[in-house]
Amino acid sequence: MSIPQPEQPYVVELREVTKDYGGGVRALRGVDLLVEPGELVAIAGPSGSGKSTLLHLIGTLDRPTTGTVRIAGHDVAGLSDRELSALRARHLGFVFQQFHLAPGVSALDNVADGLLYTGTPLRARRERAAAALERVGLGHRLGHRPNQLSGGEQQRVAVARAVAGDPPLLLADEPTGNLDSAAGAEVLGVLRDLHAAGTTIAVITHDPDIAEWCPRQVRVRDGRVVADAGAGAGRRPPGANPKLPDAETAGAAKGAPR
Amino acid sequence: MNRQRLTPARLGPSDVLRTGAAGLRTRPARVVLSALGIAIGIATMIAVLGISSSSREQLLRQLDRLGTNLLTVAPGQTMFGEEAKLPVEALGMVRRIGPVRTASATGTVDTTIRRTDRIPKAVTGGIAVQAATADLLTTLEGRVVKGAWLNAATEARPAVVLGAKAAQRLGITRIGVQVWMGERWFTVVGVLGPMPLAPEIERSALVGFPAAEKYLGFDGHPTTIYERSAEESVEAVRAVLPRTVNPENPEEVTVSRPSDALAARAAAASAFTNLLLGLGAVALLVGGVGVANTMVISVLERRKEIGLRRSLGATRGQVRLQFLAESLLLSALGGIAGAVLGGLATAGYALSRGWPPVVPAWAFAGAVGATLVIGTLAGLYPAMRAARLSPTVALATT
Ligand SMILES: Nc1ncnc2c1ncn2[C@@H]1O[C@H](COP(=O)(O)OP(=O)(O)OP(=O)(O)O)[C@@H](O)[C@H]1O
Ligand SMILES: [Mg+2]
Repeated sequence: MSIPQPEQPYVVELREVTKDYGGGVRALRGVDLLVEPGELVAIAGPSGSGKSTLLHLIGTLDRPTTGTVRIAGHDVAGLSDRELSALRARHLGFVFQQFHLAPGVSALDNVADGLLYTGTPLRARRERAAAALERVGLGHRLGHRPNQLSGGEQQRVAVARAVAGDPPLLLADEPTGNLDSAAGAEVLGVLRDLHAAGTTIAVITHDPDIAEWCPRQVRVRDGRVVADAGAGAGRRPPGANPKLPDAETAGAAKGAPR
Repeated sequence: MNRQRLTPARLGPSDVLRTGAAGLRTRPARVVLSALGIAIGIATMIAVLGISSSSREQLLRQLDRLGTNLLTVAPGQTMFGEEAKLPVEALGMVRRIGPVRTASATGTVDTTIRRTDRIPKAVTGGIAVQAATADLLTTLEGRVVKGAWLNAATEARPAVVLGAKAAQRLGITRIGVQVWMGERWFTVVGVLGPMPLAPEIERSALVGFPAAEKYLGFDGHPTTIYERSAEESVEAVRAVLPRTVNPENPEEVTVSRPSDALAARAAAASAFTNLLLGLGAVALLVGGVGVANTMVISVLERRKEIGLRRSLGATRGQVRLQFLAESLLLSALGGIAGAVLGGLATAGYALSRGWPPVVPAWAFAGAVGATLVIGTLAGLYPAMRAARLSPTVALATT
């Protein structure tokens, strides 16, 4: 009965989106944003400009006051809590400024528990978690607990947790905000590798260097998108890490034993 | 538009348990303290039920050993309110009833027993002097602990066998001692063991029927007839006994079954037991409030974790389930500890009393049920609060 649907070209599709919080706060004032598969987008702007609000709407953690949010072709407005949860479990990965790792739980299990809501059996969760940690250069730290890891390593565990299920879209809210520049470079190196492997990524950042490093920059101010450079630049990979001389050093840093 | 179905994955039971246990593992001290209330409540209730069933079991086993086929026949009262008498030939009539296996009699003798003739007559020590037929010990399935029971020779001689309590009250510990009965000396030839179904025999000094008639002026009328029949014909025998014993005045005969008193004791639940059960229930309730309190705090402390789980794709239902599982695990932990403690307390008390330790299976089932109900009730409100949290608010908490 169903007619073959044309392939949905956008991973993220925001049209005239506004978001009001209680007390007359208008965090977003009509945002249009289209992100194609495989893009690496920086969302930059001053504090309070609405970047996190924007990311929460893209991540379906919140609903817009008006306007349309479509993620992987699904109109968020028409989805129930259960359907939104399923969408997050299968299509989205989140990395937060605070790492949100469970204390006292090994890196492996922290990552494996991230797959809990995808319906993967425990054994397969652990296998995929080990592979994801390998991918972020922490193959040798599987049994370490968060308090035994550096900040950069903890954030890489959080990235591994976000990408263990191979979500098509990765959202990161200031992933390097709590890290010094070397640790931040480790995390960015991981994001670059994921982007090269085809994951669509949106990174919120304060840091102009990191924004410049991304192929596309969306600038937000007072709840509006004021500039959008490099849209549709697609899968063009970024250069070396902004904070480091070249990719070699970044690669060495992330695997370096401490 | 892409209308590919979005259905959240179901968590298997082991995953639900894992998420529930995860919250407990990191806070062991709090877990122990909040499970303690439930443990105390369950332990109290199990121990109270266990100890009272152990005591009941002890009584039932005693009944089993003693048998419930013993009936006693005693004279009642006449129409005019006077003491009735059993006919002299009553015992012979009882022995002729078909299902009766063994029957014997005692008859009250109007005299006293004293250590010497110098002790005043009024000091009887509550000991009754009774004439007894030679087969009394067989009918009562009693035991001699010292000396011997009356035989064909001694039942006609001034010889006396003392019940256990009678011997104790007279201070007699060996046979061969002389005691003053009526107006002459009798020789103690035996001492009996305990008789749970005939405590009146324990307090008696027993002489043979011929000796009682010859030396103590006994009139030969039995005052109690003891009778045993096959277990299944007890009721039938009981029905015919009055008319057999006293065909003219069957209403002047009372028949009783001594084992009924023991059985009644086994069936009765004491008020004290109920009071203790109530205390256990209160402890359980307080324990449940403790668990609820712990769960509310746990939800408040773990808003970030809740937000993270929602971002990872947990539905509201799955968050609710996680905290319900945590609450259930917490109270189950208390319940298990309480059941073990209650079982140990029962075993310790019962063994110290020489009873068989018994905890009825329904008590354990009740404990399981109670902990499940308490865990659910205590976890319901915190779990709903956790599920209602908006993921962004939960993540924004610092
Ligand atoms: N839950 C909320 N309730 C009310 N107002 C809110 C809430 N969350 C954000 N805001 C307001 O909305 C505006 C945008 O906030 P948002 O967190 O999106 O900014 P941001 O660009 O991420 O800032 P920062 O760079 O400091 O993280 C701010 O004025 C903020 O005070
Ligand atoms: Mg922000």
